[in-house]
Amino acid sequence: MNTWNDLKYKEIIIVDNKNLAKDAYILTFKRIFKFIAGQVVGLGINTLIEPRLYSIASGENDDYVEILYTEKTDGKLTPMLSLLKAGDEILVSSPFGSFTENNDSPILIATGTGIAPFISMLKSGKGRNAILVHGVSSPDYFYYADYLEKQLGDRYIRCCSKSHSNHYFNGRVTQYIQEHQVDPNKKYYLCGVAEMVVDTRDILISKGIPYRNILAEIYF
Amino acid sequence: MKQDLKGKKNLYGLAFSELASIVKDEGLPAFTAKQIADWLYKKEISSISEMTNLSLKVRENLSEKYEFGLTPFTKVDVSSDGTKKYLFTTSNNKFVEAAYIPETERATLCVSTQAGCKMGCLFCMTGKQGFQGHLSTNEILNQFRSIPEFQTISNLVYMGMGEPFDNLDNVLSSLEILTSEWGYAWSPKRITVSSIGIIPSMITFLEKSNCNLAISLHNPFDDERCQLMPIQNVYPIQEVIAEIKRADLGRQQRISFEYIMFDGVNDTDRHVKALVKLLSGLKCRINLIRFHSIPLTPLKGTPEARIVKFRDALTSKGVFTTIRASRGQDIQAACGLLSTKEMGKNNS
Repeated sequence: MNTWNDLKYKEIIIVDNKNLAKDAYILTFKRIFKFIAGQVVGLGINTLIEPRLYSIASGENDDYVEILYTEKTDGKLTPMLSLLKAGDEILVSSPFGSFTENNDSPILIATGTGIAPFISMLKSGKGRNAILVHGVSSPDYFYYADYLEKQLGDRYIRCCSKSHSNHYFNGRVTQYIQEHQVDPNKKYYLCGVAEMVVDTRDILISKGIPYRNILAEIYF
Repeated sequence: MKQDLKGKKNLYGLAFSELASIVKDEGLPAFTAKQIADWLYKKEISSISEMTNLSLKVRENLSEKYEFGLTPFTKVDVSSDGTKKYLFTTSNNKFVEAAYIPETERATLCVSTQAGCKMGCLFCMTGKQGFQGHLSTNEILNQFRSIPEFQTISNLVYMGMGEPFDNLDNVLSSLEILTSEWGYAWSPKRITVSSIGIIPSMITFLEKSNCNLAISLHNPFDDERCQLMPIQNVYPIQEVIAEIKRADLGRQQRISFEYIMFDGVNDTDRHVKALVKLLSGLKCRINLIRFHSIPLTPLKGTPEARIVKFRDALTSKGVFTTIRASRGQDIQAACGLLSTKEMGKNNS
């Protein structure tokens, strides 16, 4: 890529666009590019609606690319995106971004679809011995839970703010981080909406984590 | 088009093309759009009933569907140095701030473009509010029009709450109204839009506007900037600057870089060297900014002597560098503090 204007969008056939929960979808298309786990792609449906960025949720060597998204009723793109079916075309940019991870034993903290880059890292064999803390409002949003349970066992920590169960922490991610010990020598990766990222970062810093050990990806 | 609580639409903040469309829908002569634009942007009235070159019937008909659309500020803090910080309530009951900064020969107004912000920069108070919504064109311009010092404002900076390029359509609409002959007819030289560098929107801005551009730089190193500004992971500053160098800039369009000085973080000789290299070949200015601490931040401001040394080092390497005067410290004029306090009151 020479310039950002050269970030050409290619038409790619959708393989699947599955409704996972109320407003959450997983879009699948054939991988036609190389990428590094943690990178994003721009997705668009036509040239009239501004494309948006989404983290890739599949492994670097997987044949198919998966994108997690939620339908925003007041949004321009996602209400139309959610109507697409297998066989329809979508516009996809080359992958880019540097929210990538190569350390052992990182602490990965996400809310909602912010789990996507971490799924990609784990599916790509990165982040050995990672601890993953995933916060959602309803248990339906524990995306890839079966894979994560199998992959991480006790290092997969689920937080649910609006539903109670013995299977997960009852409360927000921020509350979980506040109530548990943190290791100042680890690297912390945060991904989700700005409010969670900022609040979690503040808590980590207040608990003695150097800000240099915290890397964040924000949704915008 | 935003509607007020009574379901009426605001006229203030509409572009000429939108006014022309309304006029057409109302079955009025085409020149009425120009008359309404004059009332909205060239005269100091605040109601449709004062548009006296329109017939009473036309004014009554317009008033049934539309409001003039100005919203008064809800609070003002006044600094001992004359800086004033105005608080406005948005249509969704969130708070935004505008700072009026008078100087000897000019007066600058700093306006907000969003309630809260999504960008999550480590040093920013607005980011701690999270994101609550985009401001409409009406809400952006209302900060300018609805303060008592409106007529004395000589410069506008889009450096308040929010990331302007995350709300590009409304920002560009407001700039169109400010700089068009049918609007305020301001020179684009008097307006600066500040961004952290969302590249696709920045390219659109540079294509469509001749207003000045300020980029929040704060660190020339990739691995260090991403610790301060998450945006670096997606739109690295090196690419932002490469795009600006490629852009076809207006003859008088100025590019500047904001650089908040953090003690021991971005204020060393190594940073000077990297900045010089990064900006080489670009006609620009670096504006060094003193950091005034905010709650829960691990960052501290660089001591004054080192800020001066940093400026001198950059200047000696041919990079035009200034130190921004700190204003309104006693009222915490840095964006985000007043509205966060107000949010806290409402939530308690």
